[in-house]
Amino acid sequence: MADLSINLAGIKSPNPFWVASAPPSNTAYQCHRAFEAGWGGVVWKTIGDPIVNVSSRYSAIHSGTSRMVGFNNIELISDRSPETNFREIRDCKRAWPDRALVASLMTDTREHWHDYLKRSADAGADGVELNFGCPHGMCERGMGSAVGQNPEVIETIVSWVMEVAEIPVIVKLTPNITSIVHAARAARKGGANAISLINTINSITQVNLETFCPEPYVAGKSTHGGYCGPAVKPIALNMVHECAADPGVGIPISGIGGISNWRDAAEFIALGSTGVQVCTAIMHYGFRIVEDMIDGLSAYLDGKGMASVNELCGRAVHSINKWETLNLNYKRVASIDYDTCIGCNLCYIACEDGAHQAIDLVPSTGRGLGPGRLPGKPVPQINEEHCVGCNLCSIVCPVEACLTMVDRDTGKPPMSWQQYQERLANGEMAPIPAHP
Amino acid sequence: MSLTPRLTAEQAKASMAEIEPAYTRQEAQVEADRCLYCFDAPCIMACPTGIDVPAFIKKIATGNMAGAGRVIFEANPLGASCARVCPTSALCEGACVMLDRDQKPIKIGRLQRTATDHILSTKQRVLHAPARASGKRVAVIGAGPAGLGCAAELARLGHAVVVFDKKPKPGGLNTYGIAYYKLTPAVSLGEIKLIEDLGVEFRCGTEVGADVTVKQLEKDVDAIFVAVGLGRTYALKIPGEDLPEVVEALDFIEQIHTKPLHRVPVGARVAVIGCGNTAIDAVTQAKRLGAEHAVIVYRRGAADMPAYPYEYELAKRDGCEFMFNTLPVAVESHKGHVAGLKLARTRVDPEGKVAVIPGSECVVPFDMVIKALGQEPQAGLLKTLFPKMKLTKAGTIARKADGQTSIPHVFCGGDAANGGREVVNAVAEGKKAARAMHRFLGGQPVEGPVQATRMGVRGKPMGSGFDRPVRVPELEAEYRAKEGTPTAATT
Ligand SMILES: Cc1cc2nc3c(=O)[nH]c(=O)nc-3n(C[C@H](O)[C@H](O)[C@H](O)COP(=O)(O)OP(=O)(O)OC[C@H]3O[C@@H](n4cnc5c(N)ncnc54)[C@H](O)[C@@H]3O)c2cc1C
Ligand SMILES: Cc1cc2nc3c(=O)[nH]c(=O)nc-3n(C[C@H](O)[C@H](O)[C@H](O)COP(=O)(O)O)c2cc1C
Ligand code: SF4
Ligand code: SF4
Ligand code: SF4
Repeated sequence: MADLSINLAGIKSPNPFWVASAPPSNTAYQCHRAFEAGWGGVVWKTIGDPIVNVSSRYSAIHSGTSRMVGFNNIELISDRSPETNFREIRDCKRAWPDRALVASLMTDTREHWHDYLKRSADAGADGVELNFGCPHGMCERGMGSAVGQNPEVIETIVSWVMEVAEIPVIVKLTPNITSIVHAARAARKGGANAISLINTINSITQVNLETFCPEPYVAGKSTHGGYCGPAVKPIALNMVHECAADPGVGIPISGIGGISNWRDAAEFIALGSTGVQVCTAIMHYGFRIVEDMIDGLSAYLDGKGMASVNELCGRAVHSINKWETLNLNYKRVASIDYDTCIGCNLCYIACEDGAHQAIDLVPSTGRGLGPGRLPGKPVPQINEEHCVGCNLCSIVCPVEACLTMVDRDTGKPPMSWQQYQERLANGEMAPIPAHP
Repeated sequence: MSLTPRLTAEQAKASMAEIEPAYTRQEAQVEADRCLYCFDAPCIMACPTGIDVPAFIKKIATGNMAGAGRVIFEANPLGASCARVCPTSALCEGACVMLDRDQKPIKIGRLQRTATDHILSTKQRVLHAPARASGKRVAVIGAGPAGLGCAAELARLGHAVVVFDKKPKPGGLNTYGIAYYKLTPAVSLGEIKLIEDLGVEFRCGTEVGADVTVKQLEKDVDAIFVAVGLGRTYALKIPGEDLPEVVEALDFIEQIHTKPLHRVPVGARVAVIGCGNTAIDAVTQAKRLGAEHAVIVYRRGAADMPAYPYEYELAKRDGCEFMFNTLPVAVESHKGHVAGLKLARTRVDPEGKVAVIPGSECVVPFDMVIKALGQEPQAGLLKTLFPKMKLTKAGTIARKADGQTSIPHVFCGGDAANGGREVVNAVAEGKKAARAMHRFLGGQPVEGPVQATRMGVRGKPMGSGFDRPVRVPELEAEYRAKEGTPTAATT
C-alpha cells in the first residue's frame, strides 16, 4: 500500500488530509473526533482576541438535487478565548502525538503576533497558520484579507512572526486579489515556510426576492460572505497551480478549496500541493468522509504504481502552459455513439445556438431503434468539417461516454502561436484564413 | 340478497383515496430537475394534445408554477384531469428518453398535476378569449372531454359557444365515469370552471333531441360540434341478465360519483364480466367499497386482455381475482335475486376464436354481476338527431381528419367518432375540430402548438403529438417485430 504520509515544511502527518481552520476545528471535542475518524491533521479554528458572532451565519447555493455546491459564511474567527483554545490544543496534541496540529492565528501588532506564536509553540502545536484570508468582518478591522490583499503588509507581518518562530509557519492566502502570485511571493520573502490557499471568496449567494435581502439574513440586513465548497474548486486549483509553477514562490503548498473526496485531493496534489485541507465537505457530511479519502487515494496511488503520495505531488504542473505554446495544428472532433445515444438532442441545440452549427438532425434510417425511442425520429450527426472541436456538445451530453471527442490527424506538424508568429514574420507561411 | 353499502364513511373515504397523491413541493422540484429539457422532445410528440412538456417542467423547476400551468392548459384545457387519468406509460412517459438510459421516465403526469393544481387552487385565469368576438355562434352537444376541448378552443378563438349536456353536471365521463381514486368530480368541475370563465355557456340537464331539437339549435348557431360519447354497455345476451343485481359498469361507477361513497351498494361476491380498462375500474372500485370477493370473468387469456398492464397490476394489488378463459353462460337466481353465474371454460384457437370446452360448466356463487363488455356507439341517437349524417359500419360518426362530418356545418370528435379511446384523445379531437370550425366560420388557419425554441431551426421538426401523436411502446413493438427481434415489455 502506498505511503500516504507527508512532511509539509517540517510538519509531519500520516496522511495528506487535514481539517481546515473553520467550525469543524473549533473545539477539542471535534479535534478528537476528527483524529478518531482518521484525519492526518487539524488546523485549529483561527485564534485571536475573542470576537462576537451574529446569529444566522451561512447561506448556500444548490444545484438540482445537489445541496450545498457553494457555501458562504459571515462568521468571524474563534469566539472562544485564546486561553481555552491553547489549553485544548495542548490536550489534543498529547492525545494524538502522531497527527499534525496547527494553530491558526490572527492578530494585529508585532507584540501580539509574538505572543500568539510563543503560546502556540508552548501548547505543543506542530506549526502555525497565519490567517491573512478572512474576507468578511475581520478585514474591516485591518486583519484577515486586509492583510492578505497587500503584499507589503504580508511580508512585514510574516517577518515579524519569523523573528520568534520555532515551529513552521504557513501563510494562508486570500483569493480576493488580482494576482495570488504576488501575495505568495511576499510570504516567501517574509520567510514563511509554506503557504496554504485558498481562503474563502467574497460573495453574495442569493437575494431573497420577497424581502430583497440576501441570506444570511440578520435582522433586515446581510453582509458580504466568504464563499467555499465544490463550486470554488476550479478557482482554487488555478491559484494553487499559479503558485506551484512560479519560481518566485518555491515553498510548499497546502491546497484548500472545494475538496470533497480523494479525487479532488489528488488533483490538488498533482497541481503542486503537498497536502490538502477540507472544511465545507466536513460541514456537509461530517468527519467520516476521510475514510474513503484515504482508501481511494491509496488505491489510486497503488494503481499508478506510486509508492508514496509525494510522487504525485506536482505531476500535472508542467502540463499547464501559456496559451501561446499550444499546438494550433491539433484537431479533435465530436463523435456520437449511436448505441447509447438517447436522442435528447441537447448536443444539437447547444451546437446550433451556442457554438458552430456543426450538428445536423438527419433521418435515423439504419440506426437501430433510433434515439429517443421513436423509430424514424431524426438523430444528431456531426458535421466534421464545421466542428471546431470546442467540446461543448460532449459537455452537455447527459449520457456517459456517448458523445466523445476524438483526435483527427491533420497531417500537419505541431505549430504553436509563437512559432506561427515567427513563421509569418519570416515569410515562411501565409496567414491561416479567418473562420468563414 | 339485495345489495347494500358495506363501509363506514371514513372507511370508504380512505379506501377510495387517490392512488397517486400530489407531490410535495420538494418532490416536484426533484422530479422536475431530473428532466433533461430535451430539444424537439419525444414526450411532446407522444402527447395527443402536444403539451410542451420540457417547457412546463422547466418552469416548475424554476418555481414559475403559474407559467407551467398556463403552458399546459393552453395546449390542453383538461390538463388537470389528463394529469390524473392519462395512460402515461403508453403516451408521454413511454417516449421519455430516460427509458433509453435505463432510468425511470420523468413522471410527467404527476408534474402536470402539480402545475395544474396550482392554477386550480389559486383560482388563476390562464385561458383568455380575445377582446373582439367573431360574432359566430357554435353549439356543442355533450359536455364531455371532447365537447369541452372544442368549446375551450372555440372560445379562445373568439366564438360564442353554448354547450348542452343531458346530465345535471358537465364533464361527461370525467365527472361521472373515471375511477374515483384517479379523478374526483370536484377536480373535473374545478377545471371546467376555467372554461366557463372563457365565456362558454353551459346548459346542463338539457338533452338535445328531447329538451331542444337540432332544428332549434341550427336556427341559433353557425356550426355544431357533436360529442355525445358512447351509449349502453353491450348486452351479455344470456339468461338472467335482467335480474336486479345485474348492472352496467357505468351505472355502478356513476353511483360512486353521485352518492356519498358509504351509500353505494355493492355485493359481497361481485363478478365483473370483461377485462378492459372499464372492467378493471369496476372490479377495483367494487373491492375498495367492501366486496369480499371481486372477480373478473374473462373469456380469453391474460395475454389477450385489453386493459393496460398497469391497470391489471393495480387490480391484483387491490386483491381482485381473475378467472381467465371463462365464459358466463347464465346468471343463476334465487327468489328473483342473483345467486351466481353458470360458467364454462374456454379455449382460444390460434385465429383468436373462442370455443367453449364441452362439459366444463360449473356454477360459482355471486350476488352482483357487473357488465363491462364495452359500450355501443349511439347510432340510434345520431340517426334521430341528424338523419342525413353518415355513420361508419361500427355506428360511429364518419368524419374527415379535421372532424367535419358529412354535414358541412356539423363537426364531431371524441368517443362518438373514434369508438372509444382516452380522455386526452377526446380533448385533442375537440380542439382540432374547433380549429377546423374556425376556418369553416371564416377564420384564419391556426397552427401549433409548436415548441417555441423550434422556430427558425434548420432541419425538419418532428412536430407535436397534436399533429400526429405517436405511441412509442406500440411503435417499438412494431419495429422490433419487423426487425425480427423479440418484443420487449415497455410499459
Ligand atoms: C369506466 C371508464 C373509465 C375510463 N377511464 C379512463 C382513464 O382512466 N383514462 C382515460 O384517458 N380515459 C378513460 N376512459 C375513456 C374516457 O372517459 C373517454 O374516452 C372520454 O370521456 C370521451 O369523451 P367524450 O367527450 O367523447 O365522451 P363522454 O365523456 O362520454 O361525454 C359525452 C357527453 O355527452 C352527453 N350527451 C350524450 N347524449 C346527449 C344528448 N343527446 N344531449 C346532450 N348531451 C348528451 C353525455 O351526457 C356526456 O356528458 C374511461 C372510460 C370509461 C367508460
Ligand atoms: C463557516 C466557516 C468559517 C471559517 N472560518 C475560518 C477561520 O476562522 N480561519 C480560516 O483560516 N479559514 C476559515 N474558513 C475558511 C476555510 O478554512 C477554507 O479555507 C475554505 O472554507 C475553503 O475550503 P472548503 O471549500 O473545503 O470549505 C472558514 C470557512 C467557513 C465555511
Ligand atoms: S465540438 Fe463544438 S463545434 Fe464540434 S460539434 Fe460539438 S459543439 Fe459543435
Ligand atoms: S446529447 Fe448525447 S444523448 Fe443527447 S442526442 Fe446528443 S449524443 Fe445523443
Ligand atoms: S423526454 Fe423526458 S427528459 Fe426529455 S424533455 Fe421529455 S420528460 Fe424531459
